[in-house]
Amino acid sequence: MRLKLKIWRQGGKYKGEFVNYELPDVNPDMSFLEMLDVLNEQLVAQREEPVAFEHDCREGICGTCSLVIDGRPHGPMQGTTTCQVHMRHYHEGDTIVIEPFRAKAFPVIKDLVVDRSAFDRIIQAGGYISVNTGQAQDANAIPVEKEKASKAFDSAACIGCGACVAACPNASAMLFTSAKVSHLTLLPQGQVERHKRVLGMVAQMDKEGFGRCSNVQACEAECPKEISVSNIARMNREFLAASLASEQE
Amino acid sequence: MGGLWVDYELMTTIPGLYACGEANFSDHGANRLGASALMQGLADGYFVLPYTIGSYLSKEISTGAISTNTPEFEKAEKDVLERIQQLTSIQGKQSVESFHRRLGKIMWDQCGMARNAEGLKQAIQDIRNLRKEYWSDVFVPGSTTEYNPELEKAWRVADFLELGELMCEDALNREESCGGHFREEHQTEKGEAKRDDDKFMYVAAWEWKGEDSKAELHKEPLMYEEVKVAQRSYE
Repeated sequence: MRLKLKIWRQGGKYKGEFVNYELPDVNPDMSFLEMLDVLNEQLVAQREEPVAFEHDCREGICGTCSLVIDGRPHGPMQGTTTCQVHMRHYHEGDTIVIEPFRAKAFPVIKDLVVDRSAFDRIIQAGGYISVNTGQAQDANAIPVEKEKASKAFDSAACIGCGACVAACPNASAMLFTSAKVSHLTLLPQGQVERHKRVLGMVAQMDKEGFGRCSNVQACEAECPKEISVSNIARMNREFLAASLASEQE
Repeated sequence: MGGLWVDYELMTTIPGLYACGEANFSDHGANRLGASALMQGLADGYFVLPYTIGSYLSKEISTGAISTNTPEFEKAEKDVLERIQQLTSIQGKQSVESFHRRLGKIMWDQCGMARNAEGLKQAIQDIRNLRKEYWSDVFVPGSTTEYNPELEKAWRVADFLELGELMCEDALNREESCGGHFREEHQTEKGEAKRDDDKFMYVAAWEWKGEDSKAELHKEPLMYEEVKVAQRSYE
């Protein structure tokens, strides 16, 4: 299968522009990232600098791969990461446009690689729980009701890839932040820092330069883990409650 | 297979350096199967480290910022810069990826679960030749002053070329079949693994002695006090 690629290049000799490439023989069984590996081998053979892109587990669980493919974060499939997209979904002669995740809070490092450390700083602002030092307690010592455990688990499925930010016209990080807030707030272990957490994480989110949520819900549509926007509603309630009840300034 | 030695708090022999998950000795013995490796990561991260790492940090909390104006730091920095310079100045004809694949093929063919002396000797020779070729004909594109994944990969493959040879040396040295190491010369009539506990009841720890020198074997004997060592039978 012959494919044309239009890829955003930035860094090195490129100031920031789309560059056209052609791959003469793409195997339909390749994953999208393997297709880029083949392109890079071709570029190295031509003594060109390969396209920088991020990848790690290549099985949809680590949240490292990114890419906006033909205008959609993580490509055309529902509920999948870029690494799980296969070339069999494309046809002979197709042109594929590949861009990095674009957001003010995700500056481009090189080509398709963006700096997503803003997410780490949001986690540092409250995405943790207190544990006592000393003997680890029995895993079943704290009862958790099934319904809440399931909801917390659904929120915890967020892999922190940043597709929600890339999908949002406001580049808002509300889906990510609310999933992390929900995960811990729903569980008994998360109660100690409950107020501090939501206030801290929301403040950090704003400080990083992410936009506001205007209920477009593109984040849920593009999320590879199909995290629900109901997390955002929960975070808003948590934020309001904490703002009224907390002793924090 | 194998893993780093750690104490009960998961600290390695280097003070302050902890190894958790499948990188350490492993609760399931030395196997590295997906599920048990994952479980070990979860157990270490959830049940062990939160309760042990504080013992080290509590003593370190009063230590201020550590200066980089020390001869050790300068030496380490110089070594790294030299290695980068060495890799990028070769400007050969073959990609890093192509060497990685060729090394993988040698390991797959000769150092898989079933291996024999003849194949391992051949593999060691092949890897040495491949390493020589690597350091004279690899092409690492891009700049050394910005993000460069090819340079990172080149560094890793250089390591793999040393580690791959060591794995073959270790497999050649262990004249028995045991666990994931099946030496074709050492099997029972029914094709089961044949151990030699008199000679090989030890964990091999190999010490790196420099680029072109043979690694030195340190034997850590396995001593069982409560358990009687026996042969596992699948029959």
